[in-house]
Amino acid sequence: MSYDTLVVGAGLAGLTAALRLAERGQRVLVAARGVGATHLAPATVDVLGYLGDARVDSPARSLAALLASAPDHPYRHVPAERMTTALEWFAERAGTLGYSGNLDANMLLPTAVGVPKPSALAPQTMTGGDLRDGGRFAFVGFKGFKDFHPALIADNLGRARLPAPITARAIELEPPASRIGDLSGRVLAGRFDHGELTDWLGGALMDRIDADERIGVPAVLGLRKAVETWRDLESRLGRKVFEVATLPPSVPGIRLYEAMAAALRDGGVRIVHGVRVSGAHANNRRIETVDVVNATGSVSYPVQAVVLASGGFASGGLELDSFGTTRETVFDLPVIGVQSTDRVRFAPRYFDAQPLAGAGVATDDLLRPIDTAGDPVYANLYAAGAIIGGAVPWREKSGTGISIVTGYAAAEAILTPTTLAATEAVR
Amino acid sequence: MDRLDTLSAMATHNPSMSSLEADVLVIGGGSTGAGVAWDAALRGFSTILVERRDLADGTTGRFHGLLHSGGRYAVKDPSAARECIAENRVLRVTAADCIEDTGGLFVSTPWDDPDYADQFLEGCMATGVPAEEIPIGEGLRREPRVNPDIRRAFLVPDASLDPWKLVWGCARSAEEHGARILPYHRVLDLEVDGDRVVGARVRSEHGEEFRIHATVVINAAGAWAGQIAELAHCKVNVRAGMGLMIAMNHRLVHMCVNRCKRPADGDILLPLRTACVIGTTDVFVPDPDQTEIRQEDIDLLLDEGEKLVPGFRQARALHAWAGVRPLFEDTDKVAETRDVTRSHALLDHSSREGVAGFVTITGGKTTTFRLMAEAAVDAACLQLGGHRVCRTAEVPLVGSENHVPYRIGSRLAEREPVPQAEEIICECELITRARLEDTIRQRDTTSLDDIRRLLRLGMGPCQGGFCMYRVAGILHAGGSVDHLGANRALLDFLEERWKGLHPILHGDQLRQARLDDWIYQGILDVEHLPA
Repeated sequence: MSYDTLVVGAGLAGLTAALRLAERGQRVLVAARGVGATHLAPATVDVLGYLGDARVDSPARSLAALLASAPDHPYRHVPAERMTTALEWFAERAGTLGYSGNLDANMLLPTAVGVPKPSALAPQTMTGGDLRDGGRFAFVGFKGFKDFHPALIADNLGRARLPAPITARAIELEPPASRIGDLSGRVLAGRFDHGELTDWLGGALMDRIDADERIGVPAVLGLRKAVETWRDLESRLGRKVFEVATLPPSVPGIRLYEAMAAALRDGGVRIVHGVRVSGAHANNRRIETVDVVNATGSVSYPVQAVVLASGGFASGGLELDSFGTTRETVFDLPVIGVQSTDRVRFAPRYFDAQPLAGAGVATDDLLRPIDTAGDPVYANLYAAGAIIGGAVPWREKSGTGISIVTGYAAAEAILTPTTLAATEAVR
Repeated sequence: MDRLDTLSAMATHNPSMSSLEADVLVIGGGSTGAGVAWDAALRGFSTILVERRDLADGTTGRFHGLLHSGGRYAVKDPSAARECIAENRVLRVTAADCIEDTGGLFVSTPWDDPDYADQFLEGCMATGVPAEEIPIGEGLRREPRVNPDIRRAFLVPDASLDPWKLVWGCARSAEEHGARILPYHRVLDLEVDGDRVVGARVRSEHGEEFRIHATVVINAAGAWAGQIAELAHCKVNVRAGMGLMIAMNHRLVHMCVNRCKRPADGDILLPLRTACVIGTTDVFVPDPDQTEIRQEDIDLLLDEGEKLVPGFRQARALHAWAGVRPLFEDTDKVAETRDVTRSHALLDHSSREGVAGFVTITGGKTTTFRLMAEAAVDAACLQLGGHRVCRTAEVPLVGSENHVPYRIGSRLAEREPVPQAEEIICECELITRARLEDTIRQRDTTSLDDIRRLLRLGMGPCQGGFCMYRVAGILHAGGSVDHLGANRALLDFLEERWKGLHPILHGDQLRQARLDDWIYQGILDVEHLPA
């Protein structure tokens, strides 16, 4: 079996690259150790939320300042027009999840502790929580669900810095009893999918909400039928209803994964989980085959191109050993943003800037990992997502943005050999 | 079922009166102070204990958790060895619920002086520490991860001791006999009347100041005992010997494994609950409150761990922390800290400096805390109008009435038949919501760190990554704190936890820490909470 491109990693960056390549006719294999950060992240598209301590209103207008303060940032390699194209493309491909928003203005969506968090795009089940226009909000908790605390959200939002005044209050409801007392988001989502909770929630809220309130619920409205359930609740209540993301596993993140994976399957892409890419064979700085280790042995796949979307430390794409050495775990690529082993690896205070935070590979403008001389390590190896260094995504609120934008751009670089030839000619 | 959940009850009263009276005032809420309070209360003395922070927040809560058999001291400090084995036997009966009977193994690795093993056996024989040599194959069968190149192996009755349970067990037992235990009460000054200490002026965490009048003040402040003694113009030359510990994510060993050599750095690896702990180092520090963890000490422990358990450096390290031993010297001469005796020092300041009503008990180690308490209360009896017999060697602590040691799987055994019957707030340590809420109510605290010490909440592999959001929400929903208080509790916990995380952060634990970064910063955006 041969493929045009092998994608390492099934997180948002890998899925994005694979889908873009497949819809342009490539045969693509996604090889992953497991699912990626989709199952952890809130499913909003956070492109750029903070520059230092300053909240970003418009990612588009703040990109220049970002690149001035973070010269190695992955966005450096993707022009703003392509970022816009990538996000529009993503919103279309996510289909029924109904993403809206753009680079020009961040929404402010409440987090599960009640902080207004900037996001460029969000699925339709969440956009009703946009706090920018102010208004009255009620947050609904489910008794027995430990991962959502509406009173804390409401009280904190009441004190938050917002462009327009809001009021927020909490409502605590007791869902109908079930066999399982230790409720997780997934358990609740399953019960919504089975139609066990929608009538109850609609009925319970009807008498308790005021005319002009928007209703925030934990993001557990279902894995398969969330959009229907959300629509149903909005129409019954005659109010905006919105989901608020909370602790992993992320129900809306799993929905996003499933939507992307379904599109990939439709596009003929093969996704293999539970395997490890152990290395590559190259000739003249061009990868010719990639070794994939599965439970029974190793398979060598001939490929035209490889996208490395293995994630950062959290996903195992990077590793720091006990001697203080950081390495890229798949191809042993050079890593930037690391400290020499005799230096302090971490700042002593948790919220201080952490020296290792921007670790990752450096790339050229085609997103190919480069060596210390600035040359591509392999002519046909591209990087996407959190493996690229130079960003502090959890602090900047840029993780999903980086994944989509670089995943898309890596695919475009593979698909547009003319650009590649031109760049090489310049070198 | 752990009794600790109820043990913590009633620990924090806020005295509303401007002064309190007692026969005995104990300063210091570590194992020694709690043991003194328990002993004094059991002898029928009215007793008050004050501790500047939480109970067991100083040396006791930061030691490795080894209930010594005495084997470690058999060669170089025979009197300490004799005390250890005697107390080891007592505590297995009276404090059984604080002990896991893991047993101990001394092994000679290729790095250890082969002649020491014979000295060790002789020393154990001479001091009454039961030590049995077993074939190497048998040692490796019991501890498969231990270096296969060991040359000799000896069984001793070491055990794993839960320091928080021990201290809270003593405190609760003392309270049942009428004592008052006041954590977060700092001694501002000792009250001196002529040549007599008659009490202390203290301040609670809420800023209330009041006096405690006592016939005898027992200074059990450990490494801080010199600072307390100075308040009565007495001199206690106690120095702080800092020791570093690293907790590993799994029980790499089931027994307390010691290198068979003269005590040195990084030669003990023992199981503690679901983790295991390697210790320790020993460096004098000028101020017991300043314990900076140095990378070279981390590397030293990891390298020594590698000798004991090959692959140690690839194993997942959870957390590092430093504690300070109180090392008593009766002269000012500087010695290496390992040369200072591990036996305790009882100082009756009436005979030393002519200051009556004031006794200092310091030095020693957690294994002999009961003996130290007995000595201190015996000395206090002289000033309290006559000797009363110590009963702590016979009367079990609250929770240990059945003399049954705890088992590692006890919490799991409780939950397993009904795995999803109720909310589990901390999946790592299997803490239910009901148990958490009971603890918050009984202890009347809003510090997530206090809660951690009582329940071991947040001490598992995720280091609070999931449960601390939940606990903050529960604290707030229960009305214990407003939203700003909940925010503060959460942010303080993240900062406090980081102190022990960042020095050893590598490998899989860095992965975990990065996941926690994503949860708290990427998803919740806690750094922009209103403060």
